Amino acid sequence: MKNNSSESKITKDENIVMSNPFKAKSHWQLMWEEFKNHKLAMGGIIVLILLYVSALFAGFLTPYDPNERFSKFQNIAPQRIKFIDEDGLSTPYVHPIVGKRNMETLAMEYTVDESQQIPVNFLYKSDDTYNFLGLFKTNLKLFGSDETQIFLFGTDGLGRDIFTRTIHGARLSLTVGLVGIAVSLVLGLFFGGISGYLGGMVDNFIQRVIEFTLAIPKIPLWMGLGAALPQDWSVIQVYFAITVILSLTGWVSMARVLRGQILSLKEEDFVKAARAAGAKSGRIISKHLIPNCMSYILVNLTLAIPGMIIGETALSFLGLGLKAPAVSWGVLLQEAQNVRAVAQYPWYFIPGVFVIIAVLAFNFVGDGLRDAADPYH
Amino acid sequence: MLNFILRRTLIIIPMIILISMISFLIITLPPGSYIDSYLANLQQMGGEVEQSRADTIKERYGLNDPIYLQYWKWVKGFPRGDFGMAFSEERPVINIIQERIGYTILISTLTLLFTWILSIPIGIYSAVKQYSFGDYVFTFFGFLGVSIPNFLLAIIIMFVGLRFFGINLSGLMPVQYMGEPWGLTKILAVLQRIWVPVVVVGTAGMAGLIRIMRAEMLDQLRQPYIQMARSKGVDEIKVIIKYAARIAVNPLISTIGWLLPQIISGGTIAGIVLGLPTLGPKLYDALKIQDMYLAGTIIFFNIVLILIGTLLSDILLALVDPRIRYD
Repeated sequence: MKNNSSESKITKDENIVMSNPFKAKSHWQLMWEEFKNHKLAMGGIIVLILLYVSALFAGFLTPYDPNERFSKFQNIAPQRIKFIDEDGLSTPYVHPIVGKRNMETLAMEYTVDESQQIPVNFLYKSDDTYNFLGLFKTNLKLFGSDETQIFLFGTDGLGRDIFTRTIHGARLSLTVGLVGIAVSLVLGLFFGGISGYLGGMVDNFIQRVIEFTLAIPKIPLWMGLGAALPQDWSVIQVYFAITVILSLTGWVSMARVLRGQILSLKEEDFVKAARAAGAKSGRIISKHLIPNCMSYILVNLTLAIPGMIIGETALSFLGLGLKAPAVSWGVLLQEAQNVRAVAQYPWYFIPGVFVIIAVLAFNFVGDGLRDAADPYH
Repeated sequence: MLNFILRRTLIIIPMIILISMISFLIITLPPGSYIDSYLANLQQMGGEVEQSRADTIKERYGLNDPIYLQYWKWVKGFPRGDFGMAFSEERPVINIIQERIGYTILISTLTLLFTWILSIPIGIYSAVKQYSFGDYVFTFFGFLGVSIPNFLLAIIIMFVGLRFFGINLSGLMPVQYMGEPWGLTKILAVLQRIWVPVVVVGTAGMAGLIRIMRAEMLDQLRQPYIQMARSKGVDEIKVIIKYAARIAVNPLISTIGWLLPQIISGGTIAGIVLGLPTLGPKLYDALKIQDMYLAGTIIFFNIVLILIGTLLSDILLALVDPRIRYD
């Protein structure tokens, strides 16, 4: 108890110091204040948090296993969970779907049985056990029903629930950008750092490599490399191979930004002082120059992620990236390759809407960060 | 000036050699070769394996040779226009390239023009009316254009065409015009569809271009010579168009360097989705069946097209901006 009270006293004191007008705000505080004013960027942050949290808790949020097939329910249109019936507000319910085979065309025809109301059970114990955050096995789902199936986004041609698959697909699609950007970051920091700091021949050479890489059209290159991946590789192997493929072109913009920043910083007094004190090049780059470029690096990172998400989606869509049984947005969109299928079953396109929302959110956040990166003017 | 053009052109030669190496490297990466999978397929279907024919092909292209020899055998035909054989179609790769590269160039050029014709006025407007409602609307749509992947936009447009207008927008012309000689009706039929890939690919680059144009314009409008012109009583429209925009447009020409890779890249996937007679869909088919010389040559030509485009833009920039020095 005693400890606690003394701690709270310290934070109080710190607050006083913070509100002191003579105390300068830190760079990150200034950036945050600038960033908060950018409404689209704040909206983007919220959307991204929602998407990543849903990806993390996909097992709990979705009613089925992503590869479970309901052979009696193929190409079902999205079902709505309703809250209002004839008597006014009601507990959430769905109308069941009844499938009947048309004996003339032999195709299944589905109708919504409006006469029945089946309540949706929340915190439902389903048959599908999943691993909760990799910690323990459970079969507790956010919602479900004993009496009927609930397909929020409809089903695909094999009777798999598109809602479940879309949320699960976010796991691969949204992390491919993060892993890819991590690889690009390491390459970009290394080459951009030495290029800007050393200058001369090394700089010249790296600049030529960068210019050349920028002139290569990404999709044909990615396609060529994607086609080279052995067919018998596991999902994990293909996943990492794709992040490496995307990073091959991704590091370039990072290296360029970093080089420009370092060129302008390296003549500053604090760098000269470090050099005079005997610090080696590697130390000056990593301890003095890169931390000073952090905000620009962050902007670049955020703006590079959407390109990677699009890259993975495009490759998997073409069948040159991740393949079933892996579930990613690109894999799901393979179903939408045929326009006639999309025209007949528009809900095939729902994963595409998620791609657009995620990419848009990243772009807004990146734009907000770019405006905030230089809060001093 | 002539000297400058000559020097810029000569730099391209080592670049082309490098590109041929990279293209070759990409197509030799996959394990096995077209011949192997072709033979395996034939055997699976119980067909007669023409071992002698396979051996001849392998011998001819030296598929058993070390990689640098294979590369040399491929590139030494380049100056003669021999880019090897397309195994799947059993005809020279160059014939396929000739059939399709024209459409790729046509669509890329139209896309470039489309992007510019829209982004320059929008950029000028957004700069002159900075922070106005229109500025925000254009910014938002610019973002939307960047955020919708090319192939999804292609699907959306085709979907709308099919579902709400009952027209099929895939391909570049209706089937009955294929193989017909060019005439007015055929040109009109093509015009009805060619806007789809142009819009699909163009929207992706527009946001970046608007942003640059807007920033350049804002920069110019703050310059003293603009104040001077205004104080002389020059008409505001003229100040914007003839003074500020004239200078602000120059850096845009140098953006061809990064816009062109984007257009070729986007055009490839849009071409696949839309089923266009461009190089993209052929590259896709070739990669899937390991038709290596065809795939390699298409990758090679894609990058060469970009280099030539960049070269032309450099020359154009030197022509329109007298401040550029040639030495």
